[in-house]
Amino acid sequence: MRNLLKNRNVSGWMLASPLAVVLVCFLVLPIAMIIVVSFWGATEFSIYPAFLFDNYAFLFGSPVTYSVFFNTFKYAVITWGFTLVIGFTVAYFLAFHVRSLTWQIALFLLCTIPFWTSNIIRMISWIPFLGRNGLANSTLISWGVIDEPLEWLLFSDFSVILAFVHLYTLFMVVPIFNTMMRIDRSLIEAAYDNGASGLQTLTNVIIPLTKPGIMIGSIFVVTLVMGDFITVRFMSGSQSANVGRLISNDIALLQYPSAAATAVVLLSTVLLIIAVLLRFVDIRKEL
Amino acid sequence: MTTGQDLELVSLTKRYGETVAVDKIDHHFRAGSYACLLGPSGCGKSTTLRMIAGHEDPTEGSIVLGGSDVSWLPPAKRGTAMMFQSYALFPHLSVSDNVSFSLKMKGVEAATRRKAAGEMLELVHMTDFADRLPDQLSGGQQQRVALARALITNPQVLLLDEPLSALDPFLRIRMRSELKRLQQELGITFIHVTHSQDEALALADEIVVMNNSIIEQAGSAREVFNAPKTEFVARFMGGHNVIALPHGHFAIRNDQVRLTEMGESRIAGKITGVEYQGAHVLLNVLAVGDQEITAIVPEEIFFDNPIPPDTDVGLTWDDHALHPVTA
Repeated sequence: MRNLLKNRNVSGWMLASPLAVVLVCFLVLPIAMIIVVSFWGATEFSIYPAFLFDNYAFLFGSPVTYSVFFNTFKYAVITWGFTLVIGFTVAYFLAFHVRSLTWQIALFLLCTIPFWTSNIIRMISWIPFLGRNGLANSTLISWGVIDEPLEWLLFSDFSVILAFVHLYTLFMVVPIFNTMMRIDRSLIEAAYDNGASGLQTLTNVIIPLTKPGIMIGSIFVVTLVMGDFITVRFMSGSQSANVGRLISNDIALLQYPSAAATAVVLLSTVLLIIAVLLRFVDIRKEL
Repeated sequence: MTTGQDLELVSLTKRYGETVAVDKIDHHFRAGSYACLLGPSGCGKSTTLRMIAGHEDPTEGSIVLGGSDVSWLPPAKRGTAMMFQSYALFPHLSVSDNVSFSLKMKGVEAATRRKAAGEMLELVHMTDFADRLPDQLSGGQQQRVALARALITNPQVLLLDEPLSALDPFLRIRMRSELKRLQQELGITFIHVTHSQDEALALADEIVVMNNSIIEQAGSAREVFNAPKTEFVARFMGGHNVIALPHGHFAIRNDQVRLTEMGESRIAGKITGVEYQGAHVLLNVLAVGDQEITAIVPEEIFFDNPIPPDTDVGLTWDDHALHPVTA
């Protein structure tokens, strides 16, 4: 026993095993389970183990799938665009315009205050604001900007994306801010010394050096939006669908094999997107 | 009376709130000279350099280059270029792109840029490394690249902020002779900030010693070393004793203090330490009035007649070796 422990290989494996066990139990097994179930068969009232491609055939044969996936991509791309612009701007302000560390920390913590409440509550709080007789509409009417309430403010793609941007911008701010804080300030002076204008410094120095942070933020936002179902359900008033809702509907109807098949397709899509993103930027340095 | 591309500082002042970093300094740097701003950390030498570079706005006073006031021009429009202490090379750009960065900012096309960068890299012997990234270079190589990047703008004044402090001692000595060679080849003004006396003595045509936000003394290396005007300069340059005599304070070089018979001595003391240093022997003497005096004696003279510690000795010197200093 003592000799066995002295063997470097054995002790190495033993040190790694707790983490490996956790990952296998809580990551690999569930995903394997989903993949297995996705090939099972189902009737109206039962599911049975099998190896069928029926679920996938149905999924890829239905036009609903394509429109729902398209919708999911649309939300992801638009949300990504907004969170990137807002997140970059906020991070830039915090990193380069706020000079004192105390203020940087204070303002940074301010950004996290919304996270003290749950996602759902932050989402729902938009409803009285955006509703037909909500704050936004009544204010606009009282200012005389509009004559009758804007219908598209709530239960529309607008409100869905608004909620997404609100919920997920911080996931963009944090990694970008982190990368920006690591940029040597003398690089910016060096750019200035070499005649670069503010905009040139931004595009030639700051953005290239911030890319890894942008990429990590993008991965967060894209995966969160692609996998979301509750925001779309609440903010669209059940009028829009994304892949997450497709899966949650199937689960509600106890159609586990079909839900699993959709989940596998969604997971593959997201992994593919991340793989493509990682081709562009080497984020290893950031980790 | 500024001639050519001389650089002149006119009662240049920098205050940060209540703190004065640079206090009304006036100085005239001759065109084509190698000047060293020398001083301990916090003396204002870096702030002065950064004001000349345009990275810090002066609170008062002005910077005149070649007859025109450049105090408020952006760095790239002044005819100065700065080499940063940490080199500040752009980590995402190749050596060649780093060097030609300023040309890219001016909108020069890629082929011309590459050619100009190539010429600069040749000047600093870095041609073979044009396509490497800064991470893949040693400290000395990075410094050459930083130098090439600063020189490609054809500056009249090159500002170097502690350029040798990040290098190991061996490389430091090699790079400093290289800096001197480049300065002579290009014939432009170099202003070099350093806290190392050796570096300043080895390189500078003119040394400007700063302390407590002001210039203590400026002059040629020999002048500043041999005839310090203030106690601070004498102590900071090293190799000097500052002695209080009845008619004032004087600086005297360690190697001009001699041991002598008690009867002929100008000051008496007791040897507290003897240190053999190869070519000479360093003697610590506690003289009357609790003054610590260091004498450097050639080793053969000392060993002809060795003196053990705790012996009473007399010290003497020639009158012309004494330089009156102010406190």
